[in-house]
Amino acid sequence: MTSTPETILDIANLSVSVRGDEGEREVVSNLSLTLKRGETLCIAGESGSGKSMTSLAIMQLLPQPAARISSGTIRLHDGDKGAIDLTGLDERRMRRIRGDRIAMIFQEPMTSLNPVLSIGRQLTESIEAHTGLSHAQARQRAVEALKAVRISEAESRLNQFPHELSGGMRQRVMIAMALALEPDVLIADEPTTALDVTVQGEVLELLRDLQRQHGTSVILITHDMGVVAEMADRVIIMRHGRMVEEGKAADIFARPQADYTRELLAAVPRIGSGAGRQHTKNAEAVSANVAEIKDLHVRFDLHGGIFGRVTRRVHAVEGVSFSIAPNETLALVGESGCGKSTTAKALAGLVPYTGDIVVGGRNLAGLGREERKAVRRDVQMIFQDPFASLDPRMRVGDLVAEPLVIHGIASKEERHARVAALFERVGLSAAQMELYPHEFSGGQRQRVCIARALALRPKLIIADESVSALDVSVQARVLGLLKELQREFGVAYLFISHDMAVVENISDRVAVMYLGQIVEMGTRDQVFSNPRHPYTRRLIEAVPVPDPARRRSRFARLDQEIPSATRKIGEAPMKLALSDVGGGHLVAAEA
Amino acid sequence: MIAYLGRRLIQSALILLGVSLITFALLYLLPADPVRQIAGRSATPQTVENIRQQLGLDQPFIVQYWHYLTKLLSGDLGRSYIQRSEVTELIVSRLPASLLLMLGAILCELLIGLTMGLVAAVKRGTATDQTLMVASFVGVSAPQFVVGLLLLYVFAVRLGWFPIGGYGTWRHLVLPSLTMGILGAGWYARMMRSSMIDVLRQDYMRTARAKGLTRGAILFRHALPNAILPVIAMIGIDIGIFMGGIVVVESVFGWPGIGQLAWQAIQRVDIPIIMGVTLVSAFAIVLGNLLADIVAPFIDPRIKLR
Repeated sequence: MTSTPETILDIANLSVSVRGDEGEREVVSNLSLTLKRGETLCIAGESGSGKSMTSLAIMQLLPQPAARISSGTIRLHDGDKGAIDLTGLDERRMRRIRGDRIAMIFQEPMTSLNPVLSIGRQLTESIEAHTGLSHAQARQRAVEALKAVRISEAESRLNQFPHELSGGMRQRVMIAMALALEPDVLIADEPTTALDVTVQGEVLELLRDLQRQHGTSVILITHDMGVVAEMADRVIIMRHGRMVEEGKAADIFARPQADYTRELLAAVPRIGSGAGRQHTKNAEAVSANVAEIKDLHVRFDLHGGIFGRVTRRVHAVEGVSFSIAPNETLALVGESGCGKSTTAKALAGLVPYTGDIVVGGRNLAGLGREERKAVRRDVQMIFQDPFASLDPRMRVGDLVAEPLVIHGIASKEERHARVAALFERVGLSAAQMELYPHEFSGGQRQRVCIARALALRPKLIIADESVSALDVSVQARVLGLLKELQREFGVAYLFISHDMAVVENISDRVAVMYLGQIVEMGTRDQVFSNPRHPYTRRLIEAVPVPDPARRRSRFARLDQEIPSATRKIGEAPMKLALSDVGGGHLVAAEA
Repeated sequence: MIAYLGRRLIQSALILLGVSLITFALLYLLPADPVRQIAGRSATPQTVENIRQQLGLDQPFIVQYWHYLTKLLSGDLGRSYIQRSEVTELIVSRLPASLLLMLGAILCELLIGLTMGLVAAVKRGTATDQTLMVASFVGVSAPQFVVGLLLLYVFAVRLGWFPIGGYGTWRHLVLPSLTMGILGAGWYARMMRSSMIDVLRQDYMRTARAKGLTRGAILFRHALPNAILPVIAMIGIDIGIFMGGIVVVESVFGWPGIGQLAWQAIQRVDIPIIMGVTLVSAFAIVLGNLLADIVAPFIDPRIKLR
């Protein structure tokens, strides 16, 4: 072993195997790495690459009894006292290392904190478990930890429960919990993947600051090459459980050696470039828009009081207007809770609304049930989660044929032929029609969803975060397919996404939403090259750039939370007036 | 909270009103004639008619119900046809015994059921798990009078650990409580097991382990409060099942509660007592559910009463 004195953790020839129906399968093969004190090592790769399994193996938290370490050593160094092999430790001794010397942050801040225990309890219990501190001292330490992650009013936060905090705040609590005992190693498994892009920036910066202060070594596990470029000193690229490439961050991005690394980097969407980026189509004067939305409002009532009257309302969508032309892609962007998905649901007829929705020249409000159904045929939807949006008990062929059955189109034989053609068109084979959803990968499932949306030859497809759950290489291919289909069928897309880079790649026009209203709308180039509204600027700036040379020294820090869209009865939000700043580029006046 | 309680109390009153109407109607439609029971076989038609008039049973249904309801609102449940005493007094004198039995039964089923479920979930897939689940299945499917007689035979007759029947000391309480509790324990064991298995899979359990907590802290502080939530809601519903079981169990063990009172009244078509016991049971069920709902937010802060 050639470990220099400052090595804190080294892994040698680690293999992890998982027992499944077809016997044991290696999910991590022969992995070796070293982690130096104060260093950030990024393990990057797509789903199934074994990066999360590696982190769980270090913590000895592999899912039992299915997964086990089949060979190799994981050695934690302790200055002059030498190193201990974690794979050989019993549960009692491992417990003393977990949380104290190696701490971990997980992906889902929403579910990683116990809902029934107060923040204070969850912070103090690990402090008490590893130190001899009294409860009062542990509480003091917890307050300091919360202050360190820049949580305001730290003392009173201790009595709050996780559901009372936003996602970003919860992740900060997780970080406070992990760093309260000043561990030697911090493992962060996709710590910002579930967060909004502006919040992600803050959390990453916080991690970097705290690491600098405490000299903690960080293993950052991520699929996002932008995050890698932003954070990493060294990078390990993994695929199918094997290390594909290892090197300094600058080298990996500038001179990738392995083919896979090159492919991975090429698939990453970038603002202003990227393989899939297309030129915007000229906004030719079209006589008939596919869909027009005028002054759309969606409000949800909240009940309270002894008779359950409406006391408050969620103003999810407030006076949104836009139109979509045939063959056009309009992107609706914004962070969680901004109303972009609700707008889409109203357009698809899934939530009650007020205002006008005109599809193919007919206003839905004035139509009867049957007519409305016929109009709705022209609007189809593709959802975010390809795992949850396909009925697991139906064959995918039947799933794709279902819209045809519902609308009573074509005979059985014709339907079969049409579905087969659709399968071929989206890059699957007709033979796969007989399979069930679980037999497909995520990307293939999303293709099935696209085929289902296309079955009725709609004029408009609403894609609600449709590529967000996919790996970048798969995402690039699905985006490519969507563009091809647009060229072929002239279908328009309402593309809803929080990912500014993807939006910049695929859209012709962009509308930015904030708190239920559109704050800026224009062509892609207008919005991205000349963002006028401060919120748009912040969104664009927050996107991590997959280039270590362009690493930002500081993110725009925002310690306040996005305000709530819930208001008391009678308190309507102020309506933003959009003004044209030239060439149809609409911007809301700053409040 | 106040608004919530107010609304729930109004709802509860409406439920009790509904129960009283339905029970009264069913008893009215019953082919058995309470007057015949009172007068005896040999009574003349004139005597029977007199008694009928005396009790107001010759009046139309609506009038009878109205009389009953107005008296009920002033707290009067009427007089027993047979025993001639106030129904309120009869019930009040026997209610403590039944409540004690119910408390014992709830304690038994929670203790046995939750422990079994917890152990089975932690030892999931092992022989222990399977044995416990078979046992719980037996508990769920065994009829109460069989369980009662079996327990009596083994622990009272053969081993002599507990008295055969009667009321008075804690020893008297054990076997009837167990008899009532075993059925519920089977349900709770199964519910607790699946609830616990679900909780053990949650992300926050992984967080708890990653913090380096002890097994006990992980299980009892992090898992148990989350797993017990669906069980709490069940306890409210359970009281209804108990009210049915109490009739059987009190007869088997000679326990002087309202179950026995009801059993005697049903045999003799003693309408005021049947009505009284039914209303008290309904009240207990409504109250039990209300209590379960009020307790829930103390365990899970996400639940808000509104």
